[in-house]
Amino acid sequence: MSDAGPILEVKDLRVHYGAIEALRGISLEVSDGQVVALIGANGAGKTTTLRAVSRMLRPSGGQVRFRGEDVTRLPSHAVVARGMAHAPEGRGIFLNLSVRENLDLGAYLRRDRAGIASDVERAYTLFPILAERRAQVAGTLSGGEQQMLAVARAMMSRPKLMLLDEPSLGLAPQVVERIFGVLREVNASGVALLLVEQNAHKALQLAHRAYVLETGTVVMQGTGRELLASPEVRKAYLGE
Amino acid sequence: MTRARALLRSFLPFLVGLPILVVLEAVTPPDFSLILVSVGVNVILAVSLNVVNGFTGQFSLGHAGFMAVGAYTAAKLTTALAGVELPFLPQVLSDQIFFALALSAAMAAAALAGVLVGMPSLRLRGDYLAIVTLGFGEIIRSVIENLKALGQATGLSGLPARTNLVWVGISVIATVVMAYRLATSTQGRALFAIREDEIAAEAMGVDTTGYKVRAFVISAAYAGLAGALISHAILLATPRMFTFVRSIEVVVMVVLGGLGSITGSVVAAALLTVALELLREFQAYRMVVYALLLIALMLLRPQGIFGTRELWNLALFRRLFRSPRLAAAATSGASPTEIRDDSTTGGAV
Repeated sequence: MSDAGPILEVKDLRVHYGAIEALRGISLEVSDGQVVALIGANGAGKTTTLRAVSRMLRPSGGQVRFRGEDVTRLPSHAVVARGMAHAPEGRGIFLNLSVRENLDLGAYLRRDRAGIASDVERAYTLFPILAERRAQVAGTLSGGEQQMLAVARAMMSRPKLMLLDEPSLGLAPQVVERIFGVLREVNASGVALLLVEQNAHKALQLAHRAYVLETGTVVMQGTGRELLASPEVRKAYLGE
Repeated sequence: MTRARALLRSFLPFLVGLPILVVLEAVTPPDFSLILVSVGVNVILAVSLNVVNGFTGQFSLGHAGFMAVGAYTAAKLTTALAGVELPFLPQVLSDQIFFALALSAAMAAAALAGVLVGMPSLRLRGDYLAIVTLGFGEIIRSVIENLKALGQATGLSGLPARTNLVWVGISVIATVVMAYRLATSTQGRALFAIREDEIAAEAMGVDTTGYKVRAFVISAAYAGLAGALISHAILLATPRMFTFVRSIEVVVMVVLGGLGSITGSVVAAALLTVALELLREFQAYRMVVYALLLIALMLLRPQGIFGTRELWNLALFRRLFRSPRLAAAATSGASPTEIRDDSTTGGAV
């Protein structure tokens, strides 16, 4: 499934926060059905890259092509409609709404009721804890449950590409295992993933390709296995 | 629910309401009638402002401005057409037809003003939006005060008496039905999502700016309707009727009733209007009363009288009017928003 041509192409992407250049020309590619990881230290521009790709912020230069179409100038909600789902950092779920209502809003752009209902059931199968908590207000969930809800909700739009920002942030190791297990399943069902992770080890194990970011530029790229084996990466990001 | 039944649901209140209103208009003494008119007008104002401040969570302080646009538009039309008679129709009937026209024009003009203000300002959030809308209301007022054609500070007086309880009642029903239909639709769900978390709503594919402008325009149109109605009841349209104190008054009603609750807006608007009428001698202190009311509310019941709940979701109401649809909606529990009607969940509309 990995070499089916790029679903996402990012060319020379630049983002400024005021006078500060946060991204200095990032180029990357996600092929259809692939998992691509962005790793790097804090402030390297990983989250900024995701936000610029999903148009949550406006790039100052460069181009984003999604499924062959230039989406650089589109508003964020229009990018969602084209099949890209973003599970933002800090999860971005509706804390005052129930689990079920969050899932329903994930399917906001869909009109096929039967399909939505079966996808909700699928989400409950993937995350049994969400089924238990379906009527509970999302703000009362634990961090791990909220993260599961964020992933489950992102899937409700039946995306072709899912952007995940730090899905393991602040979670217990066991919960991280569970989340990554689910991401593997999600990917196996044909959804490409662009994943930003602090937990470089886990991310590289899952990823087909990975990019290493440093101060707004790509300093290294390769398959997940290559980077896992690279001495520089092992030293800088895997703590060896 | 089928489309035909949904339509019937929307028309039923009008069918039931009309004969009652006609009788009411015939038997109510003039003094009391004016109080009822101002109750109705305030209900329209509160319910429509609730669409922006309650459903969408945007803080608008410019409702009086839109009222003024509606009032003056209608006033100009009715005075111009006061002597005109449609062929083959008695004067009374042709007056009423022209008034219907004037009310529609008032709504259209206010909606247009809503587009003009909403497009640039709804990119702002929270306090900034409140300041911009407040400024807009004051701009409208000072424009009127300086336009010869609109009578400057004296305003337009001697308007024909066209408002009656039937018009007001029908307008109230229309406003409430609009708000109810909106709250239970996919569009309403988008508005609630914006209120809860704008960034997350955008990530779900909700066109947040687009929906905010839409809510704002709908709300402005009904404010225009309210302005037209009140000015043809007191036969006067002056800039002093549409100061920012008037906007604050409506905000107080909405907050008092509970942001997001249609029932709350209706109840609070009616209560406040009647209370102020009873305390007429203390008119000078009305701002003090509002301030005290709001402080007491924030201390005792910050979510407002009804919170975000509705009459039709309360247990007592359901027991009295048991309907399978409402009962089904109720089983999903009293979560803090109205996004719980499973029959429309998942974008069935």
